[in-house]
Amino acid sequence: MTRGRRLAAAVGLVLLVGGLAWTAFGLPAFGHYHHRYGAVAARESLPLRRAENAVNTTAFDYRGFDTIGEEFILFVSVVSVVVLLRELGDEADHPPHRERPGATQQHSTLTRWVGSALMGPLAVIGADVVTHGQLSPGGGFQGGIILGVAVALSFVAGQYLILRRLRAIATWMDMLDAVGAGGFVMIGIAGLISVGPFLDNVLPYGHSGLLTGGIIPLANLSVGIEVAGAVLVVLAELLDQRLLSGPA
Amino acid sequence: MNVFPYLVAVWLLGVGLYGVITSHNYIHLILCLTVMQAGTYVLLLSIGYVHGARAPIFSGIPASARVVDPVVQALTLTDVVVEATVVALLLALVIQVDKRYGSIDPDEISRMRR
Amino acid sequence: MNDLLALILVLVAVSGTVAVLVREPARQAIVVGILGLLLALLFFAVQAPDVALSEFVVGAGAVPLMLTLALGKLRAQRLAADQLSARHAAAEPPGTWPGSAPNPEGP
Repeated sequence: MTRGRRLAAAVGLVLLVGGLAWTAFGLPAFGHYHHRYGAVAARESLPLRRAENAVNTTAFDYRGFDTIGEEFILFVSVVSVVVLLRELGDEADHPPHRERPGATQQHSTLTRWVGSALMGPLAVIGADVVTHGQLSPGGGFQGGIILGVAVALSFVAGQYLILRRLRAIATWMDMLDAVGAGGFVMIGIAGLISVGPFLDNVLPYGHSGLLTGGIIPLANLSVGIEVAGAVLVVLAELLDQRLLSGPA
Repeated sequence: MNVFPYLVAVWLLGVGLYGVITSHNYIHLILCLTVMQAGTYVLLLSIGYVHGARAPIFSGIPASARVVDPVVQALTLTDVVVEATVVALLLALVIQVDKRYGSIDPDEISRMRR
Repeated sequence: MNDLLALILVLVAVSGTVAVLVREPARQAIVVGILGLLLALLFFAVQAPDVALSEFVVGAGAVPLMLTLALGKLRAQRLAADQLSARHAAAEPPGTWPGSAPNPEGP
Protein backbone atom coordinates (compact mmCIF):
# COMPACT_ATOMS: atom_id res chain seq x y z
CA MET A 1 0.00 0.00 0.00
CA THR A 2 1.35 3.35 -0.97
CA ARG A 3 1.96 6.04 1.57
CA GLY A 4 -0.84 8.24 0.28
CA ARG A 5 -3.35 5.40 0.54
CA ARG A 6 -2.14 4.49 3.99
CA LEU A 7 -2.55 8.07 5.17
CA ALA A 8 -6.02 8.31 3.69
CA ALA A 9 -7.01 5.03 5.32
CA ALA A 10 -5.69 6.18 8.68
CA VAL A 11 -7.54 9.49 8.49
CA GLY A 12 -10.74 7.78 7.44
CA LEU A 13 -10.46 5.22 10.22
CA VAL A 14 -9.83 7.84 12.88
CA LEU A 15 -12.77 9.91 11.66
CA LEU A 16 -15.07 6.90 11.61
CA VAL A 17 -14.14 5.59 15.04
CA GLY A 18 -14.08 9.06 16.53
CA GLY A 19 -17.44 9.94 15.06
CA LEU A 20 -19.02 6.71 16.25
CA ALA A 21 -17.60 7.13 19.73
CA TRP A 22 -18.94 10.66 19.85
CA THR A 23 -22.42 9.46 18.89
CA ALA A 24 -22.18 6.70 21.49
CA PHE A 25 -22.25 9.39 24.15
CA GLY A 26 -25.60 10.51 22.85
CA LEU A 27 -27.23 7.12 23.28
CA PRO A 28 -29.40 6.44 26.31
CA ALA A 29 -27.40 5.27 29.29
CA PHE A 30 -26.61 1.57 29.42
CA GLY A 31 -29.44 -0.26 31.15
CA HIS A 32 -31.87 2.62 31.33
CA TYR A 33 -33.45 2.51 27.91
CA HIS A 34 -37.23 2.13 27.88
CA HIS A 35 -38.20 -0.15 25.02
CA ARG A 36 -41.84 0.18 24.24
CA TYR A 37 -42.08 -2.34 21.43
CA GLY A 38 -39.88 -4.79 23.24
CA ALA A 39 -41.89 -4.51 26.43
CA VAL A 40 -45.12 -5.23 24.59
CA ALA A 41 -43.59 -8.14 22.70
CA ALA A 42 -42.27 -9.64 25.91
CA ARG A 43 -45.39 -9.09 27.95
CA GLU A 44 -47.76 -10.54 25.38
CA SER A 45 -45.80 -13.60 24.38
CA LEU A 46 -47.06 -15.84 27.18
CA PRO A 47 -50.71 -14.78 27.37
CA LEU A 48 -51.19 -14.35 23.64
CA ARG A 49 -49.26 -17.22 22.12
CA ARG A 50 -48.86 -19.46 25.14
CA ALA A 51 -45.18 -19.69 24.34
CA GLU A 52 -42.68 -19.01 27.11
CA ASN A 53 -39.65 -18.03 25.10
CA ALA A 54 -40.30 -14.43 24.13
CA VAL A 55 -37.19 -14.26 21.93
CA ASN A 56 -38.27 -17.22 19.84
CA THR A 57 -41.82 -15.88 19.59
CA THR A 58 -40.49 -12.55 18.45
CA ALA A 59 -38.18 -14.12 15.90
CA PHE A 60 -40.68 -16.54 14.38
CA ASP A 61 -44.03 -14.91 14.92
CA TYR A 62 -43.97 -11.17 15.44
CA ARG A 63 -40.91 -10.63 13.25
CA GLY A 64 -41.29 -13.77 11.17
CA PHE A 65 -40.84 -11.87 7.94
CA ASP A 66 -37.35 -10.74 8.99
CA THR A 67 -36.49 -14.32 9.81
CA ILE A 68 -37.59 -15.49 6.38
CA GLY A 69 -35.25 -12.90 4.91
CA GLU A 70 -32.34 -14.05 7.08
CA GLU A 71 -33.08 -17.65 6.26
CA PHE A 72 -32.88 -16.89 2.58
CA ILE A 73 -29.53 -15.15 3.06
CA LEU A 74 -28.38 -18.46 4.52
CA PHE A 75 -29.88 -20.41 1.62
CA VAL A 76 -28.31 -18.19 -1.02
CA SER A 77 -24.88 -18.39 0.64
CA VAL A 78 -25.07 -22.17 0.66
CA VAL A 79 -26.12 -22.27 -3.00
CA SER A 80 -23.21 -19.98 -3.84
CA VAL A 81 -20.77 -22.21 -1.96
CA VAL A 82 -22.02 -25.18 -3.95
CA VAL A 83 -21.70 -23.32 -7.24
CA LEU A 84 -18.20 -22.12 -6.40
CA LEU A 85 -16.76 -25.36 -5.12
CA ARG A 86 -18.36 -27.87 -7.43
CA GLU A 87 -16.96 -26.08 -10.43
CA LEU A 88 -13.37 -26.59 -9.33
CA GLY A 89 -13.15 -29.73 -11.46
CA ASP A 90 -9.80 -30.90 -10.19
CA GLU A 91 -10.03 -33.83 -12.55
CA ALA A 92 -9.67 -31.58 -15.56
CA ASP A 93 -6.24 -30.27 -14.63
CA HIS A 94 -4.29 -33.23 -13.43
CA PRO A 95 -5.05 -36.87 -12.80
CA PRO A 96 -7.45 -37.23 -9.91
CA HIS A 97 -5.95 -38.40 -6.66
CA ARG A 98 -7.54 -41.44 -5.27
CA GLU A 99 -8.54 -41.30 -1.68
CA ARG A 100 -5.50 -42.10 0.37
CA PRO A 101 -5.59 -45.72 1.45
CA GLY A 102 -4.71 -44.81 5.01
CA ALA A 103 -7.39 -42.15 5.27
CA THR A 104 -9.26 -43.80 8.09
CA GLN A 105 -6.18 -44.35 10.20
CA GLN A 106 -5.31 -40.71 10.53
CA HIS A 107 -6.67 -40.14 14.00
CA SER A 108 -5.88 -41.72 17.31
CA THR A 109 -8.18 -44.45 18.54
CA LEU A 110 -9.42 -42.30 21.40
CA THR A 111 -10.54 -39.51 19.06
CA ARG A 112 -12.37 -41.97 16.89
CA TRP A 113 -14.10 -43.62 19.82
CA VAL A 114 -15.15 -40.38 21.45
CA GLY A 115 -16.25 -38.88 18.15
CA SER A 116 -18.37 -41.89 17.27
CA ALA A 117 -19.85 -42.04 20.76
CA LEU A 118 -20.83 -38.37 20.76
CA MET A 119 -22.68 -38.41 17.47
CA GLY A 120 -25.87 -39.95 18.82
CA PRO A 121 -26.28 -37.83 21.97
CA LEU A 122 -25.51 -34.66 20.01
CA ALA A 123 -28.18 -35.49 17.47
CA VAL A 124 -30.70 -36.03 20.25
CA ILE A 125 -29.71 -32.78 21.94
CA GLY A 126 -30.04 -30.98 18.64
CA ALA A 127 -33.52 -32.36 18.06
CA ASP A 128 -34.46 -31.40 21.61
CA VAL A 129 -33.26 -27.84 21.18
CA VAL A 130 -35.19 -27.46 17.93
CA THR A 131 -38.49 -28.82 19.16
CA HIS A 132 -38.49 -27.01 22.50
CA GLY A 133 -37.72 -23.70 20.87
CA GLN A 134 -40.76 -21.90 22.15
CA LEU A 135 -40.35 -23.12 25.74
CA SER A 136 -36.67 -22.73 26.63
CA PRO A 137 -33.65 -21.03 25.11
CA GLY A 138 -33.05 -22.56 21.75
CA GLY A 139 -34.95 -22.90 18.56
CA GLY A 140 -34.45 -23.68 14.92
CA PHE A 141 -31.15 -21.89 14.35
CA GLN A 142 -29.22 -23.24 17.30
CA GLY A 143 -30.63 -26.75 17.09
CA GLY A 144 -30.01 -26.93 13.36
CA ILE A 145 -26.32 -26.19 13.80
CA ILE A 146 -26.04 -28.76 16.57
CA LEU A 147 -27.65 -31.36 14.31
CA GLY A 148 -25.33 -30.50 11.44
CA VAL A 149 -22.27 -30.66 13.69
CA ALA A 150 -23.44 -34.02 15.08
CA VAL A 151 -23.27 -35.53 11.61
CA ALA A 152 -20.04 -33.71 10.82
CA LEU A 153 -18.47 -35.35 13.89
CA SER A 154 -18.13 -38.39 11.72
CA PHE A 155 -15.30 -36.51 10.05
CA VAL A 156 -13.46 -36.11 13.35
CA ALA A 157 -14.15 -39.70 14.19
CA GLY A 158 -12.26 -40.69 11.10
CA GLN A 159 -15.32 -42.17 9.47
CA TYR A 160 -14.65 -40.52 6.16
CA LEU A 161 -16.52 -43.31 4.45
CA ILE A 162 -19.80 -42.32 6.08
CA LEU A 163 -19.49 -38.82 4.72
CA ARG A 164 -18.50 -40.14 1.31
CA ARG A 165 -21.62 -42.25 1.20
CA LEU A 166 -23.69 -39.30 2.31
CA ARG A 167 -22.01 -37.22 -0.33
CA ALA A 168 -22.92 -39.78 -2.94
CA ILE A 169 -26.57 -39.07 -2.26
CA ALA A 170 -25.96 -35.38 -2.65
CA THR A 171 -29.42 -34.69 -3.91
CA TRP A 172 -30.78 -35.85 -0.55
CA MET A 173 -28.85 -33.20 1.36
CA ASP A 174 -29.67 -30.45 -1.08
CA MET A 175 -33.30 -31.42 -0.86
CA LEU A 176 -33.15 -31.19 2.92
CA ASP A 177 -31.90 -27.65 2.70
CA ALA A 178 -34.52 -26.69 0.15
CA VAL A 179 -37.37 -28.33 2.06
CA GLY A 180 -36.50 -26.34 5.12
CA ALA A 181 -36.28 -23.08 3.26
CA GLY A 182 -39.49 -23.67 1.37
CA GLY A 183 -41.29 -24.94 4.44
CA PHE A 184 -41.17 -21.61 6.20
CA VAL A 185 -42.62 -19.85 3.19
CA MET A 186 -45.34 -22.49 2.97
CA ILE A 187 -46.24 -21.78 6.58
CA GLY A 188 -46.51 -18.12 5.74
CA ILE A 189 -48.66 -18.81 2.73
CA ALA A 190 -50.94 -20.87 4.93
CA GLY A 191 -51.55 -17.72 6.87
CA LEU A 192 -52.20 -15.86 3.62
CA ILE A 193 -54.70 -18.43 2.42
CA SER A 194 -56.74 -18.38 5.61
CA VAL A 195 -57.75 -14.80 5.00
CA GLY A 196 -55.14 -13.04 7.02
CA PRO A 197 -51.73 -11.46 6.66
CA PHE A 198 -48.75 -13.50 5.49
CA LEU A 199 -47.37 -15.55 8.39
CA ASP A 200 -50.45 -15.05 10.49
CA ASN A 201 -50.48 -17.47 13.38
CA VAL A 202 -53.34 -19.69 12.27
CA LEU A 203 -52.97 -22.87 14.26
CA PRO A 204 -54.55 -23.19 17.69
CA TYR A 205 -52.30 -22.01 20.48
CA GLY A 206 -52.69 -24.85 22.95
CA HIS A 207 -52.40 -24.52 26.71
CA SER A 208 -48.97 -25.53 27.87
CA GLY A 209 -46.22 -27.93 26.98
CA LEU A 210 -44.87 -28.83 23.58
CA LEU A 211 -47.71 -28.05 21.18
CA THR A 212 -48.06 -24.40 22.06
CA GLY A 213 -47.54 -21.26 20.09
CA GLY A 214 -49.45 -22.04 16.93
CA ILE A 215 -47.12 -22.07 13.94
CA ILE A 216 -44.00 -21.41 16.03
CA PRO A 217 -43.00 -25.08 16.50
CA LEU A 218 -43.49 -25.70 12.79
CA ALA A 219 -41.40 -22.67 11.89
CA ASN A 220 -38.70 -23.84 14.31
CA LEU A 221 -38.74 -27.26 12.70
CA SER A 222 -38.43 -25.97 9.17
CA VAL A 223 -35.61 -23.58 10.08
CA GLY A 224 -33.87 -26.38 11.99
CA ILE A 225 -34.03 -28.64 8.96
CA GLU A 226 -32.75 -25.91 6.72
CA VAL A 227 -29.81 -24.91 8.91
CA ALA A 228 -28.81 -28.55 9.45
CA GLY A 229 -28.98 -29.14 5.70
CA ALA A 230 -26.94 -25.99 5.09
CA VAL A 231 -24.19 -27.05 7.50
CA LEU A 232 -24.06 -30.52 5.95
CA VAL A 233 -23.92 -29.23 2.39
CA VAL A 234 -21.16 -26.72 3.15
CA LEU A 235 -19.07 -29.23 5.07
CA ALA A 236 -19.57 -31.85 2.38
CA GLU A 237 -18.36 -29.45 -0.30
CA LEU A 238 -15.29 -28.42 1.71
CA LEU A 239 -14.56 -32.00 2.68
CA ASP A 240 -14.98 -33.22 -0.87
CA GLN A 241 -12.39 -30.77 -2.05
CA ARG A 242 -10.07 -31.83 0.73
CA LEU A 243 -10.33 -35.51 -0.15
CA LEU A 244 -9.91 -34.81 -3.85
CA SER A 245 -6.76 -32.80 -3.43
CA GLY A 246 -4.87 -35.56 -1.76
CA PRO A 247 -2.49 -35.39 1.18
CA ALA A 248 -2.32 -32.13 3.08
CA MET B 1 -19.34 4.44 32.98
CA ASN B 2 -22.68 4.09 31.36
CA VAL B 3 -21.60 4.18 27.71
CA PHE B 4 -18.75 1.72 28.08
CA PRO B 5 -20.38 -1.19 26.14
CA TYR B 6 -21.09 1.08 23.20
CA LEU B 7 -17.46 2.21 23.17
CA VAL B 8 -16.32 -1.41 23.24
CA ALA B 9 -18.57 -2.11 20.23
CA VAL B 10 -17.15 0.89 18.35
CA TRP B 11 -13.61 -0.22 19.25
CA LEU B 12 -14.22 -3.71 17.91
CA LEU B 13 -15.60 -2.25 14.69
CA GLY B 14 -12.63 0.06 14.30
CA VAL B 15 -10.01 -2.55 15.09
CA GLY B 16 -11.63 -5.06 12.74
CA LEU B 17 -11.72 -2.47 9.96
CA TYR B 18 -8.07 -1.69 10.54
CA GLY B 19 -7.33 -5.39 10.20
CA VAL B 20 -9.28 -5.59 6.95
CA ILE B 21 -7.46 -2.61 5.46
CA THR B 22 -3.95 -3.70 6.36
CA SER B 23 -4.35 -7.41 5.76
CA HIS B 24 -1.89 -9.47 3.72
CA ASN B 25 -3.86 -12.68 3.74
CA TYR B 26 -7.44 -13.23 2.75
CA ILE B 27 -8.17 -15.65 5.57
CA HIS B 28 -6.89 -13.10 8.07
CA LEU B 29 -9.21 -10.61 6.40
CA ILE B 30 -12.21 -12.88 6.83
CA LEU B 31 -11.46 -13.34 10.52
CA CYS B 32 -11.16 -9.58 10.96
CA LEU B 33 -14.64 -9.34 9.46
CA THR B 34 -15.72 -11.73 12.21
CA VAL B 35 -14.35 -9.29 14.78
CA MET B 36 -16.37 -6.48 13.20
CA GLN B 37 -19.50 -8.62 13.39
CA ALA B 38 -18.81 -9.19 17.07
CA GLY B 39 -18.86 -5.44 17.53
CA THR B 40 -22.36 -5.18 16.09
CA TYR B 41 -23.64 -7.98 18.34
CA VAL B 42 -22.26 -6.22 21.42
CA LEU B 43 -23.91 -2.97 20.35
CA LEU B 44 -27.33 -4.55 19.74
CA LEU B 45 -27.42 -6.45 22.99
CA SER B 46 -26.16 -3.53 25.06
CA ILE B 47 -28.99 -1.40 23.77
CA GLY B 48 -31.49 -4.02 24.85
CA TYR B 49 -30.21 -4.39 28.40
CA VAL B 50 -32.29 -3.21 31.35
CA HIS B 51 -30.79 -2.96 34.83
CA GLY B 52 -32.03 -5.57 37.26
CA ALA B 53 -34.18 -7.31 34.67
CA ARG B 54 -34.18 -10.97 33.77
CA ALA B 55 -33.88 -13.01 30.60
CA PRO B 56 -37.08 -12.98 28.47
CA ILE B 57 -37.95 -16.62 29.13
CA PHE B 58 -41.17 -16.84 31.09
CA SER B 59 -41.03 -20.34 32.53
CA GLY B 60 -41.52 -19.78 36.22
CA ILE B 61 -41.71 -16.01 36.33
CA PRO B 62 -44.94 -14.10 35.82
CA ALA B 63 -45.62 -12.63 32.42
CA SER B 64 -45.45 -9.11 33.78
CA ALA B 65 -41.94 -9.34 35.21
CA ARG B 66 -39.27 -6.92 34.02
CA VAL B 67 -37.27 -8.50 31.22
CA VAL B 68 -34.66 -7.29 28.80
CA ASP B 69 -35.67 -6.48 25.27
CA PRO B 70 -36.40 -9.65 23.25
CA VAL B 71 -36.51 -7.95 19.86
CA VAL B 72 -32.78 -7.16 19.64
CA GLN B 73 -32.03 -10.66 20.90
CA ALA B 74 -34.12 -12.14 18.11
CA LEU B 75 -32.24 -10.04 15.56
CA THR B 76 -28.84 -10.97 16.99
CA LEU B 77 -29.42 -14.68 17.22
CA THR B 78 -30.49 -15.09 13.62
CA ASP B 79 -27.62 -12.83 12.68
CA VAL B 80 -24.98 -14.99 14.39
CA VAL B 81 -25.97 -18.10 12.45
CA VAL B 82 -26.39 -16.37 9.12
CA GLU B 83 -23.03 -14.62 9.34
CA ALA B 84 -21.38 -17.99 9.91
CA THR B 85 -22.77 -19.13 6.58
CA VAL B 86 -21.57 -15.96 4.89
CA VAL B 87 -18.11 -16.76 6.28
CA ALA B 88 -18.42 -20.13 4.55
CA LEU B 89 -19.18 -18.36 1.28
CA LEU B 90 -16.17 -16.09 1.71
CA LEU B 91 -13.95 -19.10 2.40
CA ALA B 92 -15.18 -20.74 -0.79
CA LEU B 93 -14.31 -17.55 -2.69
CA VAL B 94 -10.80 -17.55 -1.18
CA ILE B 95 -10.30 -21.18 -2.23
CA GLN B 96 -11.24 -20.25 -5.80
CA VAL B 97 -8.94 -17.22 -5.78
CA ASP B 98 -6.06 -19.35 -4.58
CA LYS B 99 -6.74 -21.85 -7.31
CA ARG B 100 -6.76 -19.23 -10.03
CA TYR B 101 -4.00 -16.88 -8.93
CA GLY B 102 -1.85 -19.11 -6.76
CA SER B 103 -1.77 -16.62 -3.92
CA ILE B 104 -4.03 -15.23 -1.20
CA ASP B 105 -2.32 -11.92 -0.70
CA PRO B 106 -4.62 -9.03 -1.66
CA ASP B 107 -1.77 -6.73 -2.73
CA GLU B 108 -0.10 -9.39 -4.84
CA ILE B 109 -3.36 -10.22 -6.58
CA SER B 110 -4.18 -6.61 -7.39
CA ARG B 111 -0.71 -6.32 -8.86
CA MET B 112 -1.25 -9.45 -10.94
CA ARG B 113 -4.51 -8.23 -12.29
CA ARG B 114 -3.15 -4.91 -13.46
CA MET C 1 -23.05 -1.79 35.66
CA ASN C 2 -21.41 -4.36 37.84
CA ASP C 3 -17.78 -5.38 37.79
CA LEU C 4 -18.26 -8.74 36.11
CA LEU C 5 -19.83 -7.14 33.08
CA ALA C 6 -17.08 -4.53 32.88
CA LEU C 7 -14.42 -7.22 33.13
CA ILE C 8 -15.96 -9.32 30.37
CA LEU C 9 -16.29 -6.27 28.14
CA VAL C 10 -12.62 -5.44 28.62
CA LEU C 11 -11.64 -9.04 27.86
CA VAL C 12 -13.75 -9.01 24.69
CA ALA C 13 -12.07 -5.81 23.53
CA VAL C 14 -8.60 -7.21 24.28
CA SER C 15 -9.22 -10.52 22.53
CA GLY C 16 -10.67 -8.72 19.52
CA THR C 17 -7.53 -6.60 19.29
CA VAL C 18 -5.28 -9.65 19.59
CA ALA C 19 -7.31 -11.46 16.92
CA VAL C 20 -6.57 -8.67 14.48
CA LEU C 21 -2.89 -8.32 15.39
CA VAL C 22 -2.09 -12.03 14.97
CA ARG C 23 -1.37 -12.34 11.28
CA GLU C 24 -1.10 -16.06 10.71
CA PRO C 25 -4.52 -17.63 10.01
CA ALA C 26 -3.96 -20.88 11.87
CA ARG C 27 -3.12 -19.04 15.09
CA GLN C 28 -5.73 -16.43 14.51
CA ALA C 29 -8.39 -19.16 14.35
CA ILE C 30 -7.63 -20.04 17.96
CA VAL C 31 -7.90 -16.44 19.10
CA VAL C 32 -11.18 -16.07 17.25
CA GLY C 33 -12.40 -19.16 19.10
CA ILE C 34 -11.50 -17.51 22.39
CA LEU C 35 -13.26 -14.35 21.25
CA GLY C 36 -16.37 -16.43 20.56
CA LEU C 37 -16.22 -17.93 24.04
CA LEU C 38 -15.87 -14.51 25.69
CA LEU C 39 -18.69 -13.14 23.58
CA ALA C 40 -20.95 -15.98 24.67
CA LEU C 41 -20.11 -15.21 28.31
CA LEU C 42 -20.91 -11.56 27.68
CA PHE C 43 -24.25 -12.53 26.18
CA PHE C 44 -25.02 -14.55 29.29
CA ALA C 45 -24.13 -11.58 31.46
CA VAL C 46 -26.59 -9.32 29.62
CA GLN C 47 -29.39 -11.83 30.15
CA ALA C 48 -29.49 -13.25 26.62
CA PRO C 49 -29.28 -17.07 26.89
CA ASP C 50 -30.61 -17.68 23.37
CA VAL C 51 -27.93 -15.58 21.76
CA ALA C 52 -25.27 -17.12 24.02
CA LEU C 53 -26.31 -20.61 22.91
CA SER C 54 -26.19 -19.48 19.31
CA GLU C 55 -22.72 -18.00 19.70
CA PHE C 56 -21.42 -21.12 21.49
CA VAL C 57 -22.51 -23.55 18.80
CA VAL C 58 -21.37 -21.32 15.96
CA GLY C 59 -18.10 -20.13 17.47
CA ALA C 60 -17.05 -23.51 18.79
CA GLY C 61 -18.66 -25.80 16.23
CA ALA C 62 -19.35 -24.45 12.80
CA VAL C 63 -16.72 -21.76 12.21
CA PRO C 64 -13.58 -23.61 13.44
CA LEU C 65 -14.68 -26.66 11.45
CA MET C 66 -15.07 -24.68 8.24
CA LEU C 67 -11.82 -22.82 8.85
CA THR C 68 -9.88 -26.02 9.41
CA LEU C 69 -11.23 -27.61 6.26
CA ALA C 70 -10.58 -24.50 4.20
CA LEU C 71 -7.01 -24.11 5.50
CA GLY C 72 -6.34 -27.77 4.78
CA LYS C 73 -7.68 -27.36 1.29
CA LEU C 74 -5.50 -24.29 0.68
CA ARG C 75 -2.41 -26.09 1.89
CA ALA C 76 -3.20 -29.07 -0.34
CA GLN C 77 -3.66 -26.79 -3.32
CA ARG C 78 -0.33 -25.11 -2.63
CA LEU C 79 1.34 -28.50 -2.37
CA ALA C 80 -0.21 -29.69 -5.62
CA ALA C 81 0.85 -26.51 -7.40
CA ASP C 82 4.41 -26.90 -6.12
CA GLN C 83 4.51 -30.50 -7.26
CA LEU C 84 3.21 -29.50 -10.66
CA SER C 85 5.85 -26.81 -11.14
CA ALA C 86 8.56 -29.16 -9.94
CA ARG C 87 7.46 -31.73 -12.49
CA HIS C 88 7.49 -29.14 -15.25
CA ALA C 89 10.95 -28.01 -14.30
CA ALA C 90 12.27 -31.57 -14.21
CA ALA C 91 10.75 -32.44 -17.58
CA GLU C 92 12.95 -30.01 -19.46
CA PRO C 93 16.54 -31.22 -19.95
CA PRO C 94 19.11 -28.90 -18.42
CA GLY C 95 20.86 -26.48 -20.72
CA THR C 96 17.87 -25.64 -22.91
CA TRP C 97 15.65 -22.63 -22.79
CA PRO C 98 12.56 -23.32 -20.72
CA GLY C 99 9.72 -24.18 -23.04
CA SER C 100 11.77 -25.14 -26.10
CA ALA C 101 12.05 -28.80 -25.12
CA PRO C 102 9.22 -31.03 -26.31
CA ASN C 103 6.60 -31.08 -23.62
CA PRO C 104 5.64 -34.70 -22.83
CA GLU C 105 2.24 -33.71 -21.49
CA GLY C 106 1.06 -32.05 -24.66
CA PRO C 107 0.54 -28.35 -25.45
